[in-house]
Amino acid sequence: MANRLEIQDLWASHEGKMILKGVNLVLPLGEVHALMGPNGAGKSTLGKVIAGDPNYQVEKGRILLDGEDITDLPPEERAKRGLFIAFQYPVEIPGVQVANFLRLALKERTGEEPPIHEFYQRLKEAIELLDWDEEVLSRYLNEGFSGGEKKKNEVLQLLVLKPRYAILDETDSGLDIDALKAVARAVNALRGPEFAALLITHYQRLLNYIEPDRVHVMMDGRIVRSGGPELAKELEKRGYDWLRAEVSGA
Amino acid sequence: MPEELKHIADDYRWDFKDEVEPELALKGLTPETVKKISEAKGEPAWMTEFRLKALEIFYKLPWPSWGPDLSELKEKLDEFYYYVKPPTGGPAKSWDEVPEEIKKTYERLGIPEAEQKVLAGVGAQYDSEVVYHSVKEELERLGVIFVSIEEGLKEHEELFRRYFAKLVPPTDNKFAALNSAVWSGGSFVYVPPGVEVEVPLQAYFRVNTAGFGQFERTLIIVDEGAKVHYIEGCTAPLYTTEALHTGVIEIFVHKNAHSRYTTIQNWPTNMYNLVTQRARVEEGGYQMWLDGNLGSKVTMKYPSSILRGRGARSEVLSIAFAKTGQHLDTGAKLIHLAPDTSGRIVSKSISKGEGRSSYRGLVKVSPRADRAKANVECDALLIHPESKTDTYPYMEIENETAQIGHEATVSRLADDQLFYLETRGIPEDEAAALIVRGFLEPVTKELPLEFAVELNRLIELEMEGSVG
Repeated sequence: MANRLEIQDLWASHEGKMILKGVNLVLPLGEVHALMGPNGAGKSTLGKVIAGDPNYQVEKGRILLDGEDITDLPPEERAKRGLFIAFQYPVEIPGVQVANFLRLALKERTGEEPPIHEFYQRLKEAIELLDWDEEVLSRYLNEGFSGGEKKKNEVLQLLVLKPRYAILDETDSGLDIDALKAVARAVNALRGPEFAALLITHYQRLLNYIEPDRVHVMMDGRIVRSGGPELAKELEKRGYDWLRAEVSGA
Repeated sequence: MPEELKHIADDYRWDFKDEVEPELALKGLTPETVKKISEAKGEPAWMTEFRLKALEIFYKLPWPSWGPDLSELKEKLDEFYYYVKPPTGGPAKSWDEVPEEIKKTYERLGIPEAEQKVLAGVGAQYDSEVVYHSVKEELERLGVIFVSIEEGLKEHEELFRRYFAKLVPPTDNKFAALNSAVWSGGSFVYVPPGVEVEVPLQAYFRVNTAGFGQFERTLIIVDEGAKVHYIEGCTAPLYTTEALHTGVIEIFVHKNAHSRYTTIQNWPTNMYNLVTQRARVEEGGYQMWLDGNLGSKVTMKYPSSILRGRGARSEVLSIAFAKTGQHLDTGAKLIHLAPDTSGRIVSKSISKGEGRSSYRGLVKVSPRADRAKANVECDALLIHPESKTDTYPYMEIENETAQIGHEATVSRLADDQLFYLETRGIPEDEAAALIVRGFLEPVTKELPLEFAVELNRLIELEMEGSVG
């Protein structure tokens, strides 16, 4: 089906250990979903597998992007089809300036050199939205960035590259309240019929600023429950144990 | 010559077309060869004697007991041509003889055809000759001498003799002795006091006949308060059938003078590239060496600065890119002889495939060099598991007030870096090239723009299909 990111019975392993054990998930274009769950549930793994991390082996199942099976495509092909992931731990690339990197990425995604004026305008708007300083554009990619700056830089890329489907892997963790608000502002600015996001998070905190359309809970490599925004609030209040008990009891 | 060696010699012979015979081609390393070189150039007697003496020294000096394997070179020494005088009025080789692969690389680098021919050693005239002519007039007006080393000796003998071989005498090392015996080609540069030369002097422009000096000798004198930037070589692969290059470069940086020497070599991968580069820097003077090594089979090159006057400074920035079959042993030397001298070495090496790059450097601080400062940073990037790198940092510090810093890193082209860039839409090859370019950035940002652009293109070509 077009206009959605769909995960069908996805099984994936890392170094021989099965981590995803039959994930089913549908993220329609125009919606923002939250993916929650305790540590080690496989949330980050799901993000990386969707993005095409070669360190993970897909054992079974499919990933469909707008109806196209992308399970075996290299990461850059997925990106060109409109997928983006904001990493939990972005790597440092010394000597590569943020602005140059973004221009190259944009060129690769669209197949043409972005007009310089338009490109700069896009950067400027993104930086303002994040309440950041243009100085970041001439810095080397993530090199010497604080944890919070790295997260903001992921969101900067999100704003500039304008993907159709974005996965944000714990972008909220390690951020102070101002940075958190800036990130939320950015995601809310992108919201619309041509954008979908999957927010991987531990806490309700981010969801106070970005209201999700759906909330999914992952445990032991599977989605064990889906619901509306109230599910996140309930988890915030009661933790995961009650849900774990319910799931294993069922 | 023994029959079994014949094919080897043939491999390395300068491959002339049948109809264009060289006027003179001297093979084998003998006093006879040396005498004939000197005679062919019409040199004064003192130079002939200097050459013959150097040859004796060459025989006596031991081969280096360290560094890359030179045993093959040792065997072949007598098989090389030590002097070839191209026929007057025509290029020695033809474009048709240049291998397709090299031509293709030129095309992909976007080098204009006229320039391609010069690089391949088959062009008779560089097209920018006309452009250069106006530069030359300006230089003459300023009193700057920029001529071939041969012309330097002929036209400015007194000045020449005052400096020649004073910094790198034949006794310095075996290859300096070899060069002293058979030198041919190179530049002679003199910048008068207080003159700042704005345009970089490019050896490239000066070469108006085919071929790059195989035993080039360059002498640069920057007088008090003067300033000059000399550029040698190019990033594009050179085509030559010769397999030995030993150069000697001497630079005299006088009081408060400012000198920069940029060289990039991309010799064919059968080449032994053994070069001695040295500068002597007087009070308040500054020398920058910017050294890029891409080609050759073996390179041994350690640009050195002798900081002789108070407050003299030097920076040595270098890049080495070793691929399978290459061993690039490069580095730098800083010799602090006076107080308040300072130096910086930044060495960036990349090893790809089974390539091997080594950093070999020396920082020496003499007892008189109070408050000397030196900082050494050498970083190695390994592209493949079988790629090799090693570091030999020597320090001889004889003054307690010296401040010396040393930092060395070895990193591997990391999967997580590649993955990160790929998720942004950048294909694997290009992601690898981007990481390599970023790694070299601290040095490439100091390069003249056209060099930097060419180098980046070259890295992209090199990284194609090299990962995954």
